[in-house]
Amino acid sequence: MREEIIVSGRNNPLIDPLLHVWHWEIPVYLFLGGLAAGLMFFAALYTIRNRENNYKVAVQIAPMFASIALILGLGALFLDLHHKLYFWRLYTTIRLASPMSWGAWILMIVTPISFIWSALHIKSIFPNWDWKFEVIEELLEFFTKYKKVLAWIMLISSAILGIYTGILLSAFNARPLWNTSIMGPLFLASGLSAGTAMVIWISKNHDERKRFAQLDLMIIGIELFLIIHMFMGFLASTQVQIDAANLFLGGEYTASFWIFVVILGMIVPAILEGLELKGYKIPIVIPAILVLFGSVMLRIIISYAGQASRWLY
Amino acid sequence: MAIDTKKCVGCSDCVVACQTENNVPIGYCRDWVVEVMDGTYPQLEIELRSERCNHCENSPCVRCCPTGASHYADGGIVLVTKNECIGCSACIASCPYDARYVHPDGYVDKCTFCLHRVKKGMQPACVAVCPTKCMYFGDLNDPRSDVSKILKKRKHKTLIPEAGTKPQLYFLI
Ligand code: SF4
Ligand code: SF4
Repeated sequence: MREEIIVSGRNNPLIDPLLHVWHWEIPVYLFLGGLAAGLMFFAALYTIRNRENNYKVAVQIAPMFASIALILGLGALFLDLHHKLYFWRLYTTIRLASPMSWGAWILMIVTPISFIWSALHIKSIFPNWDWKFEVIEELLEFFTKYKKVLAWIMLISSAILGIYTGILLSAFNARPLWNTSIMGPLFLASGLSAGTAMVIWISKNHDERKRFAQLDLMIIGIELFLIIHMFMGFLASTQVQIDAANLFLGGEYTASFWIFVVILGMIVPAILEGLELKGYKIPIVIPAILVLFGSVMLRIIISYAGQASRWLY
Repeated sequence: MAIDTKKCVGCSDCVVACQTENNVPIGYCRDWVVEVMDGTYPQLEIELRSERCNHCENSPCVRCCPTGASHYADGGIVLVTKNECIGCSACIASCPYDARYVHPDGYVDKCTFCLHRVKKGMQPACVAVCPTKCMYFGDLNDPRSDVSKILKKRKHKTLIPEAGTKPQLYFLI
């Protein structure tokens, strides 16, 4: 028998007995970042493919929600900081080895793009909108001329943002649950899925809804594949990663993960969307809200469970 | 630093000395003593280890810090610059040894190997106070330092080397 105890006593707040330095702020920040990435990705994609008129809501209106999500997300990140007065230090250096750092910088790029994009389309919601200043009108005209270029930049930067939300966690080798390269694609897929759900929710156009429901079905399929893949990887790995997987396979997070994330957040909405596509009448907000809920829960549960997973020594 | 697990008696003087020397806030500690008990009575084997930040050579805490607040000082000691730290806690999540904590003032804090004492030619507080003289501190690159000499003589180990951080705290076994 082996027993290991700290005899001098160690009860550092937030560290002992199990690490819990990150509460809801970081997962919410990651969710909002992922959602914004999803919304902006599809807006850019359909602009590049000249489908702007078919998918009006996705291209013109959804990115405004992305701007809001990004502001709220940055707010959540700020709330998480313990030494808030020094926030600006984030922007005095670029440290490529630190995901926190390049995440902060990618947000600095993505947020203004989302604002510009929203400004370009504000007249489609408020036809009488008046910018008051000549300069702004001129600036927007300039961006309208190069909209395709802007769309390409937005496409790439939003994909990076989406992957970043997962890499932030996967870069920590101290937490075996996070330390898998599946985290990047999984969080990107989850963000894209949240983006499609949002479009389905706010769009009134039948064709647009149908297209995004098809997209969402496909993305949910990819997510399920990635999740299975993640567990296969863990179970075939070292003891610490087997232990990490067991948090979800009988351990503390089993019920919450499988019920909230997989069943309610993926399988149920996929079935509902599938039925809707087949012609059954289903209030479309239900699957949309379930997908968004699943996407938040995925990040909350992974980030809490990750802090509970550790090396043995 | 090298620590002799055979000499340590688990008195926790090092913990108190550190708290006093470094004004560690009440309820926190930068070092701690672990007791590992193996076997069943009466065949018991005990290992006592005074642990702290390992001042890793490939430290994930320095790598993931977005501001450069966590850095290597001369000689490889890993330090946090208070007024560069934003308190994002990324370094805390990245340390496999849970050696860091958030100071009540907001910045992240941890063992400094008492660099302020070392600069004056003194030993770190924990080393100086240890009643069994079980700790050896010095420059690992200098073959004549106490720590290099003892590591040459004695069998030793580091904690979870498989985490890939190249820890620089050696336990004599
Ligand atoms: S023990 Fe932890 S805090 Fe210390 S250098 Fe290594 S990773 Fe960083
Ligand atoms: S909490 Fe401070 S020292 Fe740690 S990673 Fe963030 S900025 Fe760097």
